[in-house]
Amino acid sequence: MRLSQLQPGQSGVIKEFTDLEMSVKLMEMGCLPGEPIVVERFAPLGDPMAIRVSGYQLSLRKNEASTIILQ
Amino acid sequence: MIGDLKVALVGNPNTGKSTLFNLLTGLNQKVGNFPGVTVDKKTGYCKLSDGRNAEIIDLPGTYSLYPKSKDETVVFEVLADYNNSSHPDLIIVVADASNLKRNLLLYTQVADLKIPVIIALNMMDLANSAGTEINVQQLSERLGVQIVCICARKGENIEVLKQAVVHAPGIALQTDTIEVESLAPGLITKIQDEILVDKPYTALQLAHQHENLGFLTPQQSNRIEELEKEYSFHSSKAQAAETIARYNFINDVLFDTVKFKLEAEGESLSNRIDKVLTHKVGGFAIFFAILFMIFQAIFAWSEYPMTLIENLFSWLTATAHQYLPEGALTNLLIDGILSGLSGVLVFIPQIAILFAFISILEDTGYMSRVTFMMDKIMRKVGLNGKSVVPLIGGLACAVPSVMSARTIENWKDRIITIMVTPLVSCSARLPIYTLLISLVVPDTKALGFINMQGMALMGLYVLSMVSAILVAWVMKLLIRSRDKGYFIMELPIYRMPRWSNVGLTIYEKVKAFVFEAGKVIVAISIVLWVLASYGPSSSQKAIDEKYNAPQFSQQYSRDDFEALKASEKLENSYAGLVGKVIEPAIKPLGFDWKIGISLITSFAAREVFVGTMATIYSVHNDEAAEDSVREKMRQAVNPETGKPVFTFAVGMSLMIFYAFAMQCMSTLAIVYRETKSWKWPAIQLGYMTALAYLSSLLVYNLLN
Repeated sequence: MRLSQLQPGQSGVIKEFTDLEMSVKLMEMGCLPGEPIVVERFAPLGDPMAIRVSGYQLSLRKNEASTIILQ
Repeated sequence: MIGDLKVALVGNPNTGKSTLFNLLTGLNQKVGNFPGVTVDKKTGYCKLSDGRNAEIIDLPGTYSLYPKSKDETVVFEVLADYNNSSHPDLIIVVADASNLKRNLLLYTQVADLKIPVIIALNMMDLANSAGTEINVQQLSERLGVQIVCICARKGENIEVLKQAVVHAPGIALQTDTIEVESLAPGLITKIQDEILVDKPYTALQLAHQHENLGFLTPQQSNRIEELEKEYSFHSSKAQAAETIARYNFINDVLFDTVKFKLEAEGESLSNRIDKVLTHKVGGFAIFFAILFMIFQAIFAWSEYPMTLIENLFSWLTATAHQYLPEGALTNLLIDGILSGLSGVLVFIPQIAILFAFISILEDTGYMSRVTFMMDKIMRKVGLNGKSVVPLIGGLACAVPSVMSARTIENWKDRIITIMVTPLVSCSARLPIYTLLISLVVPDTKALGFINMQGMALMGLYVLSMVSAILVAWVMKLLIRSRDKGYFIMELPIYRMPRWSNVGLTIYEKVKAFVFEAGKVIVAISIVLWVLASYGPSSSQKAIDEKYNAPQFSQQYSRDDFEALKASEKLENSYAGLVGKVIEPAIKPLGFDWKIGISLITSFAAREVFVGTMATIYSVHNDEAAEDSVREKMRQAVNPETGKPVFTFAVGMSLMIFYAFAMQCMSTLAIVYRETKSWKWPAIQLGYMTALAYLSSLLVYNLLN
C-alpha cells in the first residue's frame, strides 16, 4: 500500500521508501519508518494532499506520496 | 556600527524566527546581500546589559543544513566558513515547542558544528494547550545548552534571552549528538586533515555540499571529489543514515524529558478552518474574493495618495522654478532629479497596500493554503500556486507584484513568475489603450449590444493573461535549475496576524524599493530627460532665434506659441533624433518618427506616451489635453501618402506593441533588485521587445 492510495481520514504507518533522494527530504520533515500518518485532506483539485505526521500538517504531491510504502 | 559579538538566528520556517529578530533589533536593522543568492541578508543590532553591542544575523529558515534550494546553502556557508563576514560567535536556534521533534533535527546538526549555541524555545503556549509537557530543565541538561522559553508573539522573555546571550560561554559546551565519524569512516578524518577543517561534522557536510560552496577553492573541491571516490561515499545514503541516527538520538532525549498526550481530542480549530478555506467550491470562491479585494485595493485605494504625491511634486516643481535662478543646473535639479524622485515615490502607496495584504496572508498561514489549492493548475505552466498573487497584482502594477514574488520559495518558479508578471496588463497601459481605442475603433455596437470599443479593451486584457501563461510555459522548458521541484511543505496552523510585523514588512519593502530600485529609476529618468530636452546646440539655437523673431510672437497667441516651440524643440532634441534614426526599423510596424520619440520617452513609464504625443502635436497644457491630443492625432496626415497616420492597422499595431513591450524602467529596476543581477532584467527586456516587435509586425501587415 502506498500513501497516495489512502483516502482522507485513513491512516497508516510508514514502512519504507521507493526513492532514496526523496526519502532524505521526507525523513528530514519527520516522515520516518515506523511513524504513523493520517491523511487529512486532498486539495480541491485532487492533488496535492495534506497529511498529519509527527504532530503537524504536511502537504505533498501525490507522486511524492507514492514513494512512501505503508506497512 | 560594528558589533562586539555576532549572533546568528537559525531555525525552521514558521517558528517565529523573524518575529524574534524584529523584537531583538527593532527598526535598527538593515538589508544587505548574501553573494550569489536572492535571499536578503538581514542584520540588526541589539544592546546587551553588559554594554556590548550584539550584531544579530537572521539566516534563511531551513529544516536542515542540507539545502533544498540555493538560498538555503547560505545557512551552512555562513556557519562553516570562519572567514565569512557573518560567521557567528553564537547561534540562537529558534525552535517551535509544539513541533519539537522536527525542530530538534536542525538543532542537532547545528550543535555538531561546535559553535556556541542557545535554544530559544518558542510557542510553549501552543505545546501546552496540545497537552505536551516539556521538562525544560532536564532537556537543557541532556543537550548541554541553555534553553530560554520565549513567546515571540507576545514579546515575552526577550530580556531573559538577551541575558542568556550575555552569559553564553565562548566555547561550544553542548554535548555530542550522534557518532558523526561512523557515517563516513576514514573519509571524514581525511577531509579534516587535507582541507584543514577541525570539526568532523563540518568535514562530512563538505563531502555532501562541496560543489555548491563558494568558500572552497576549485582544487579543494576536486580533492574532496577524489576522496569521495576513494572511500566510495554515497551522499544520499549517508544523509539518510544521518537523519535516522539523529531522530533516534532525539527520540531518546524526548522520551526522558517530554510527555506527549497520546490521543488528540476532537478536531483542531485549524482543521475546521481548513474545511472551509480549502473547500472544493467555497475555497476557490473565498480565494478569488480575496484576490479581487487586493486588486481593488491597489487599484482604487492607492489612487488618492498617488495623486497627492504627484500634486505635491508638481507644486514643488512650480515653486522651485519660481524661486531658483534659471539655468541648466536648475533644470537638471527640477525637471531631471525631482521628476525622477516623484516617479519613485509615487509607487509607495501601491507597494504598502499590496504588502499589507501579503504579510497578513503569510502571517495567518493562508498563503500556504493558496499554494496547496493552486499547485495542480499552476505547475502545469511552470508557475507556483503562489504566482497567482503577483499575476493578479500585475493588473494594477508590476512593480509591487514583482516584489511579492518573494514569497515563492522555489527559485525557478519565482524567476518565471517575475519574468511574466510585466506582461499582465497594468494600469499604466490603460491611458494608451483608451486613447488609441477611441481613435481607431468605431464606437458602434455589434449585434446591437456589444460595444466594439469595450470588446477591444477586453481583448487586450485577455491577450495579456494568455501571453503571460504561454510565456511561462515556454520558460518552464527553457530555464534549467539545480533546485529540485519538491513540493513537500509544512502547512502551519492558522494564527492571528501580528500587526507590528505587518507594519515592519511594509516599512522594509518600501525602503528596499526607494533605496535600491529608486537609484536606478532616478538615473534612467535623468538620462531620458536629457535626451528629450537637449539636442545639438546649433539646431536648438536656431529654434530659439526663430521663435524670438517678432513676427512669430505676434502671429500666434501665447499658448499656441509655447506649444509650437516645445514641439519643435522636442523634434530637434536627441530623443527626436533617435526617433528619426529608428524610423526605418519601426516603419514595418506602421510607426513614424513621432511615435518613435514617444516609444523612447515612454520607457520611463508607459503613460508618458500620451504626454509626449501631446507635446509633439503641440497641444496646449490644459484640462482637455486628452481630447485635443486625440483630435490632433486623428487629423495627422502622412506627408508621403497623404492619408491619415493613425489608421486602424497602426492603432492596433501600436496597442499590441505596448501590450508586450517592457516599456517601464521601474519594473526593470525592481527585477534587478529582486534577482540581484542585470542578467534577468536584460533577458526580460530582450524577449519582451522581440515579442512586441514581431506581434506588431504581424498585426500591422495582417490589417493593412
